[in-house]
Amino acid sequence: MPFQRYVEIGRVALVNYGKDYGKLVVIVDVIDQNRALIDAPDMVRGQINFKRLSLTDFKIDIPRIPKKSKLIAALDAADVKNKWEKSSWGRKLIVQKKRASLNDFDRFKVMLAKIKRGHSIRRELSQLKKSASKSDP
Amino acid sequence: MAPRTTSRNKDLVKGIGQFSRGKMYHKRGLWAIKEKNGGSFPRHEPQAKAEKPAEKPPKYYPADDIKVSSRAPRKHNPTKLRSSITPGTVLILLAGRFMGRRVVFLKQLPSGLLLITGPFKINGVPLRRVNQAYVIGTSTKVDISGVNVDQFTDKLFAKEKERRKKKTEGEFFEAAKEEKKVIPQERKDEQKGVDDPLLKAIDAVTDLRAYLGTRFTLKDGMKPHELKF
Repeated sequence: MPFQRYVEIGRVALVNYGKDYGKLVVIVDVIDQNRALIDAPDMVRGQINFKRLSLTDFKIDIPRIPKKSKLIAALDAADVKNKWEKSSWGRKLIVQKKRASLNDFDRFKVMLAKIKRGHSIRRELSQLKKSASKSDP
Repeated sequence: MAPRTTSRNKDLVKGIGQFSRGKMYHKRGLWAIKEKNGGSFPRHEPQAKAEKPAEKPPKYYPADDIKVSSRAPRKHNPTKLRSSITPGTVLILLAGRFMGRRVVFLKQLPSGLLLITGPFKINGVPLRRVNQAYVIGTSTKVDISGVNVDQFTDKLFAKEKERRKKKTEGEFFEAAKEEKKVIPQERKDEQKGVDDPLLKAIDAVTDLRAYLGTRFTLKDGMKPHELKF
């Protein structure tokens, strides 16, 4: 498959550095080789270095530097938020955030659940092995 | 309306405001208050002090000088309890032989130390005092409304004074005959009295008993400064 994620107007990207860390933004203009103008529903439009952006697969249909209302409408139309939360990248980030917010007792409960899961997997596997060895000796 | 916290006279350059002194006087409206009260600010009249009875001169003077202590009496400064620690909080012990144990905080003693219990049946930690510096307070709480801890003071934990026994010559040579320490029955009863209602409250929450029974340890990839307790 050829290269798919380009820097272009309407490209959705993730900020991976600085105070907007972890925010999903849209490239609304390209200033020069190093910087883009980015915008999101809950931020003031501003410039950012490309090194601080991770491009995603999503691209929305917007003109260059749209009004905030048009940007929000375009984001809604493309259903970016839901798609992002369902993508494996987005899900991973959500899980990471959730894991970080757990307290000590919650972490203990997660550990118990993991043990339980391992047990049931092993039991199921041994049963499958047994039935397989019976059917073809 | 909340009172203003910033000046209305904003600085043009450092030290020179936008408005003159007279202008600010007008803007602040103090003149209006003065005018209303007849040219001066309203104030409370100082209360008349009760008249002191006339002191009699002493009948005699002491022959010797009495030394006046120059030291001010020492004030007892109670330890401030960390805000994350409230009665019923599960604590993680950081030092000592119960290091890593998760225990229940009962109350702060007058000395500032924390009174804790394991409960003993779950993790072997008895009623014990611990300094809050050697403890992590977690956000997990146990309902200790049924536990009565009024009777516990620092005195309970004072070390018993060892009485020197006179040794006869025969005993002197068979030294190192250690007596086994016996825990008095009353301490056991106290432990039981605290732990019984506590255990009931703990069993009401799923997995809490197993949680208190295990030690806290750092595992690979756990960053203690980023963890939420």
